[in-house]
Amino acid sequence: MRFHLRILKLAWYAYAKDNAALGALIFLAIIVLISLLAPLISPYDPAAAVADIAAQPGSEGVILGADVDGRDILSRLFWGGRIALLVGIAPTVAATLFSLVLGLAAGYIGGWFDQIVMRIVDVVFAFPLVLLAIVIAGVLEPGVWTVILAISIALMPYIARLVRTTTMNVKQQPYVEAARAGGAGGLAIVLRYILPNMIPPVLIFATTLIGLMMVVGSGLSFLGLGIQPPDADWGIMVAEGRGVLRKAPHITIFPGVVIVLVALSFNFIGDGLRDALDPRRRSR
Amino acid sequence: MLRFIAGRLVLTIPVLFGVSVIVFLLAHLAPGDVTTILAGPFATEVVKEKLRISFGLDQALPVQYIKWLGHILQGDFGTSIANRRDVADLVFPKFVNTAILALSSALLAYIIGFFAGIFAAARPYSFSDRIVMGVTLMLGNAPPYWLGLLIVLLISLNWRLLPATGMTNIMGGGGAWDVFLHLIQPMLTTAAAPACIVARIVRASMLEILSQNYVRVARAKGIRRSLILRRHALRNALPPIVTICGLQLGYLLGGVLFVEVIFAWPGIGNQLWQAIQARDIPTIQGATLVIALAFVVVNLAVDAINAYLDPKIRASERAGAS
Repeated sequence: MRFHLRILKLAWYAYAKDNAALGALIFLAIIVLISLLAPLISPYDPAAAVADIAAQPGSEGVILGADVDGRDILSRLFWGGRIALLVGIAPTVAATLFSLVLGLAAGYIGGWFDQIVMRIVDVVFAFPLVLLAIVIAGVLEPGVWTVILAISIALMPYIARLVRTTTMNVKQQPYVEAARAGGAGGLAIVLRYILPNMIPPVLIFATTLIGLMMVVGSGLSFLGLGIQPPDADWGIMVAEGRGVLRKAPHITIFPGVVIVLVALSFNFIGDGLRDALDPRRRSR
Repeated sequence: MLRFIAGRLVLTIPVLFGVSVIVFLLAHLAPGDVTTILAGPFATEVVKEKLRISFGLDQALPVQYIKWLGHILQGDFGTSIANRRDVADLVFPKFVNTAILALSSALLAYIIGFFAGIFAAARPYSFSDRIVMGVTLMLGNAPPYWLGLLIVLLISLNWRLLPATGMTNIMGGGGAWDVFLHLIQPMLTTAAAPACIVARIVRASMLEILSQNYVRVARAKGIRRSLILRRHALRNALPPIVTICGLQLGYLLGGVLFVEVIFAWPGIGNQLWQAIQARDIPTIQGATLVIALAFVVVNLAVDAINAYLDPKIRASERAGAS
């Protein structure tokens, strides 16, 4: 146990040395906090008209202005964070858990089982991710769970492939052979030796994917296939500004900037984790 | 080489079969009854039942699939529910428009990415390197639909330089110049993210090569910097760059879907979106099938190019042949 703590400590030191990764983590923590506390700290009701239509930023108490229905943009950004984080994190976590089971089983059992699973993964892989997400979401009833389901399915083959390749590599290591010679069963080998080796690459990959999936999810809502108005979603907010792009560009610009910043911070955190979890990079 | 491509082609057949199954099942994923969409909400059960029989919807799923696949293989994609036209006639011309947008965007992305990457790699960790890398990071993470709107805001609305939308028919009217004018903004939007990724990989692989000993030797011999960059570094940095460029072409087929909707580009993504709005299942299936097919072909081509460029694969081929 102490040994594990030491490794975590070392990893944290390496992570904290990376300014971009540390900054991104702090920024993201603030975003999460704001999203959780949205009902308490929003200046206005996100669905209520509180100012002039398309009021400019800074006018009459609305710091970031109002949208086409006179709703406070800042409050809607706060509330939209909840959906954005949910749509980024939930499908990535779901696809990761599912792919872990599938990829571990395929990689460890091998043979015909591996063949069947990987051929199915190949088929899903044959669709561009965005296309599959759009089509699944487009055929189902729009809504937040549809977005999560659509992205989870489209994302699954990417993670499953990584898990399976890593499993195959670790399986051939001498220490796994030694464990097997020592009489360890299949499940014990998977849980004690293969799974722990799986965590760093999968964690790094999944962290980077969260930002990307947030962008895809907001895109689905932008196209009208995801979250439905009047719910506050960053993608919808961008879409709602389209009609008044010239007169009130702030309606479109602000939510987009927030999406970019949050997606970027997941990216930085992924990079930081990569350096922190790789002992070879850490020693440098 | 031929053997490699033939092997890959054989592997593609089961994948294509699986793709067709998924596309077929899409129709059955949809909630509600297709006949309600066809006959309207006030149709009687008798009318709906007749429709079901005429579309073969009363048969077992595998039977329906085999019949459907038979039609697809003969180039019959069914009839669009929304406007009663052949889906094939609707989808294939649109795909040409998408290909124009996607390929020109890819070309633009490669050129920009290449030069930006080399520019940054030639002066690593300098101020201009940091600027280039910062911009690529921002643009690479920006949602394409948002970026498109920003470009419209700047170029069309503020500077009034170009038409924002209004590309309806590529073959009719304005000619090549008109197409080009309408192409610029969607092209810039589509190219932005891939250009950034290409720039970053070009810079990374160039920097790696530039730290090699043979580059140091070349420098010590007094060879000009530009020559070192071109001859020694670029040539050896190329294989990973080509791989990423190929991957980007595939991703671009996804990003282009958003861009087409924003700019009303008459491509297959726009068609797909309209079909989704109208719950026009045959057209959704046709468009999805065509895009997936294009994606598979692009990936095959990328694999073939990589195999051609990678001496290791070529060597194993030769060893296997002898």
